[in-house]
Amino acid sequence: MSQREPGRRDDEHRADVPGGDPLAPSETPDDSVLLQARGIRKSFGDNEVLRSIDLEVRRGEVVVLIGPSGSGKTTVLRSLNGLETPDAGTIDFAGGPSLDFAAPIPKASRFALRDRSAMVFQQHNLFPHMTVIENVIEGPVRVQRVPKARAIAEASALLDRVGLADKRDAYPFELSGGQQQRVGIVRALALKPRLLLFDEPTSALDPELVGEVLQVIKELADEGWTMVVVTHELSFARQAADEVLFMDGGVVVERGAPAQIFTNPTEERTRRFLDRILRPLD
Amino acid sequence: MNENLQLFLDSFWPIVLGGLTGTIPLALASFAIGLVLALAVALMRLSKNRVVSGIARFYISVIRGTPLLVQLFVIFYGMPTVGIVLDPWPSAIIAFSLNVGGYAAEVIRAAILSVPKGQWEAGYTIGMSNGTALRRIILPQAARVSVPPLSNTFISLVKDTSLASLILVTELFRVSQEIAAFSGQFMLIYLEAALIYWLFCLVLSGGQSRLEKRLDRYVAT
Repeated sequence: MSQREPGRRDDEHRADVPGGDPLAPSETPDDSVLLQARGIRKSFGDNEVLRSIDLEVRRGEVVVLIGPSGSGKTTVLRSLNGLETPDAGTIDFAGGPSLDFAAPIPKASRFALRDRSAMVFQQHNLFPHMTVIENVIEGPVRVQRVPKARAIAEASALLDRVGLADKRDAYPFELSGGQQQRVGIVRALALKPRLLLFDEPTSALDPELVGEVLQVIKELADEGWTMVVVTHELSFARQAADEVLFMDGGVVVERGAPAQIFTNPTEERTRRFLDRILRPLD
Repeated sequence: MNENLQLFLDSFWPIVLGGLTGTIPLALASFAIGLVLALAVALMRLSKNRVVSGIARFYISVIRGTPLLVQLFVIFYGMPTVGIVLDPWPSAIIAFSLNVGGYAAEVIRAAILSVPKGQWEAGYTIGMSNGTALRRIILPQAARVSVPPLSNTFISLVKDTSLASLILVTELFRVSQEIAAFSGQFMLIYLEAALIYWLFCLVLSGGQSRLEKRLDRYVAT
């Protein structure tokens, strides 16, 4: 799959599906810096949710955010996608946009930020009034102006790759939770984003359905997709992450390779959190 | 008795015709215009701008707080004194549209609010603007929720158009009044008018059920 010009989501920069792997990442995973966020702060009223977060994501890297509920993980993710506007800090994408939240953000920059990434939600948020294929092509056709036939071909290939080719004309309510979430992932991939964001993608699923979704995410990681994942699935973090960030109380308490974080955390707070999750009955 | 039956049968078609050429077009036109107005007012009411939402709130308050008959009279009999003379039909359509606009705005606002916030966000993350997300994602889902209450509004409107007889619009009830006055059979003719209104509304209720069924195709039942 040919690489798209940075920052462009136009039709002519999208690779054709035939011959190419639909799961192939839209960025070459060469370890160069794709995204840099510095000093991200965010308060909701009096509640300071993020207190100066720094985050760097390299092309092809899988960054996993772990930490207790309310630690700010999801807010970090939403800030990267423009769903939340930080009170302070900067977000720089390689090739733009470059945002400084000290001043009000122009609409165009907010859209540019959104365009760089695609989000997979905890509650999948599929459009219930559209079939599976309609859900997937909505962004490419309506927003990116990809010709419909091409969008359908790409969407079909993606659905095939995640084992949902036979569900293309089903409505979301006719699918299992795991299938819905896989469609959610395909909907994100169809946008050919430079960065994939996963917000607790398996937290709302029945335990027996978690595996099929994590499997797809793991495959994407192996293909070289750049992603930031918020999750409580520590085994996934251990296997797929290049870097793990442990967050608590709006700060990154500790960051490092999964082997280090999970086997030899330096911070007491990290240790306590891991203990609670890995040995809940002790 | 036979004579009454004959009068009933003779007047049936003229009254129905009054409905088909007066009541129904008046209701349809007013409802269509009223819905557009209602959507605009609902969006204004949802605006974060206090002035904008205040205007919408005021409009809804005035429309709901004053009798439809008074609104109709202000437009048809009142406006000429300030130099604006309108024919019966435009007057009626304006009054009924404004009225539907006020009532349906609240229905539409509630329907929009009933769509989960995650749907807006999913729209934003695939690159949509507010307007596109509203049109492609939110309104289709809000439509499903608002069909039963909007059908209520429409059926009320069909019956309320009888008030237009008082500003000289020839519709179902005005035709009935003329026949009643001419024949002197008030009880018979007015019951017949009631029956014909009821038949019209039965057809409309049937339409509502079909529309609901169609919009329910994408939800688990």
